[in-house]
Amino acid sequence: MTMPSKYIYRLLVVCALLRVQSLYATTWHVQPNGAIRSVQEAIDKAKPGDTIVVGPGTYREQTITVNKPVYLRGNGFPVLDGERKYEILAIRSNDVIVEGFLVQHSGYSSYNDIAGIRIYNARNVVVRNNKLYDTFFGIYSQHAVNCVISGNQLQSKAVTELNSANGIHCWKSDSMRILNNVITGHRDGIYFEFVTNSLIENNQSYNNVRYGLHFMFSHADSYIGNTFRNNGAGVAVMFSKKVTMLKNHFRENWGAAAYGILLKEIADSRIEGNYFYRNTAAIYMEGTTRIQVIRNVFDNNGWAVKVQASCSGNNFSENNFTGNTFDVATNGSLVLNTFDGNYWDKYEGYDLDRNGTGDVPYRPVSLYSMIAERNPTTMMLFRSFMVTLLDKSEKLIPGITPVDLKDDKPKMKPYKPH
Amino acid sequence: MNKIVKYVVLDILRNRIVVAYMAVLLLISVGVFNLEDNASKGVLSLLNIILIFVPLVSIIFSTIYVYNSAEFIELLVSQPIRRVHLWLSIFGGLALSLVVAFFVGCGLPVLIFAPNGTGVVMALMGVFISVIFTAIALLASVLTRDKAKGIGVSILLWFYFTLIFDSIILFLLFRFMDYPLEKPMIAFSFLNPVDLARILILLKLDISALMGATSAVFRDFFGSSTGMMIALVSLSAWIAVPLWLSARKFKTKDL
Repeated sequence: MTMPSKYIYRLLVVCALLRVQSLYATTWHVQPNGAIRSVQEAIDKAKPGDTIVVGPGTYREQTITVNKPVYLRGNGFPVLDGERKYEILAIRSNDVIVEGFLVQHSGYSSYNDIAGIRIYNARNVVVRNNKLYDTFFGIYSQHAVNCVISGNQLQSKAVTELNSANGIHCWKSDSMRILNNVITGHRDGIYFEFVTNSLIENNQSYNNVRYGLHFMFSHADSYIGNTFRNNGAGVAVMFSKKVTMLKNHFRENWGAAAYGILLKEIADSRIEGNYFYRNTAAIYMEGTTRIQVIRNVFDNNGWAVKVQASCSGNNFSENNFTGNTFDVATNGSLVLNTFDGNYWDKYEGYDLDRNGTGDVPYRPVSLYSMIAERNPTTMMLFRSFMVTLLDKSEKLIPGITPVDLKDDKPKMKPYKPH
Repeated sequence: MNKIVKYVVLDILRNRIVVAYMAVLLLISVGVFNLEDNASKGVLSLLNIILIFVPLVSIIFSTIYVYNSAEFIELLVSQPIRRVHLWLSIFGGLALSLVVAFFVGCGLPVLIFAPNGTGVVMALMGVFISVIFTAIALLASVLTRDKAKGIGVSILLWFYFTLIFDSIILFLLFRFMDYPLEKPMIAFSFLNPVDLARILILLKLDISALMGATSAVFRDFFGSSTGMMIALVSLSAWIAVPLWLSARKFKTKDL
């Protein structure tokens, strides 16, 4: 046999094998009044690779365990009800697909992590286009690899942090993809702990009790194009490296401890093209190293950036700062970060050579932001004549504000949003 | 009574100062909104005008006007008119012309260029401040017979309300930093109409920053409808009390 024909022969054999397998893959139908009435029964009867179609109706089966690779599909959003006692769907096998279910009323516990859908130690699981209502944890993955959680709608009724749990909770997982989900009414919208190389994209997380996104010890992850709004404390990213945050929207995170993004002990990360609107503090940084904050828009925030003196090597450039009460606040005189080529709407300098860059540096830390940092009640006097005088004289002769914190190349015109 | 108001307004129009004041305000407002690329920055610049310039003009102009119309007042007192009516008419004429000047010169441009909650509150506060400082001016001018002294008192009062009061507050805030001062501060803010007006505008302008820790007390108080009502009532009291005091004094004053 010549070489090409040998390959063709092999190919034919492979095709034949695939065909054989698909011939054997059967479809099981579950109906409330059909031959198979329970989802668990269908799973037990099915072989790996089978499809189980579940018809409309309500199924109260305590915990349904998926322990073989099957395609579990809901037709017309069948209800899987946990009767407020049980974990509802436990996936304990690789290559499972779960689609089109309404999962509701899971148990609540302060001792066990009860979830609506839980992935245990599995690879390549897909959970997509489901609705979860009134679950404790929504979708929970532990030791999962390469799973996709997409297009799900999660709604719960969290009131306090203690009696509620997270919407999408990933723990010790890798290469996860969390896409296009809508999460509301949980404790944290999306929670990552020890999750690496993962992507969070196009999700909406709003009105959660604590954080819209909570991120700990999770390296080399990206979150792109998500919207976080009206969460109790905004977004927290802590103790992680190589995090990429692109084109997200952080809106209206209001409160004493609410931040657009809270960054704590983050290194070598990128914050680019995000939009911060009406947050109490848009970015709060503590102990961060080498973060690039580029081309973001800070609009109408209380504090655009709060950089604690423990941060070093961070770079802010090409950002637009407009309509913020305070642009930058800090708590010490040590400055190890650079501000370069940003647009500041409070800049009062001139541009004689008309190259688009102001000729005198801009100092974004105002005296009053330092005063308000030390004695917050003084906010009552903000924008009074006396405070304006104080601020102006401090701008001329910096005494209290850090002298080195300045933008040497402030732009005269804002960058175009893209 | 309406007749006297009419004469006062006509008299004010004739000496053209208020017209000039209106023109200056209009020039500044329109200029500011056209210079700045976004309306919120223009609003900020006008905030200083409303908190500093408007009270100054209102109080100085009203004081001088009352002193200069001493003969007119004496003439009218000899007529069968109640003194309180006469006094209220003079106040009415002054307040009306200053309010109209402010509203046309500053209020309307703000409402046109920044037609949102902030603009409405700013226009309203400007009107209040114009009237309040007219009332204070009447009190200052009725207290002393000497013109120079009266004008001096007016300037000092303006200085007190725009600068000295805030300095005292700032001093107290740092002196008693270790004590919870948020609630006393709310009470203190009622002692100065300029502060009260500024805080009400601040609540619209810097709401995101005021959502922070301790300023939450202000937001909760002034942001609620009862707090808002109390603030408006006390602003009205800042008109009524000086006016009442000055009217009482004028009733028995030996002209």
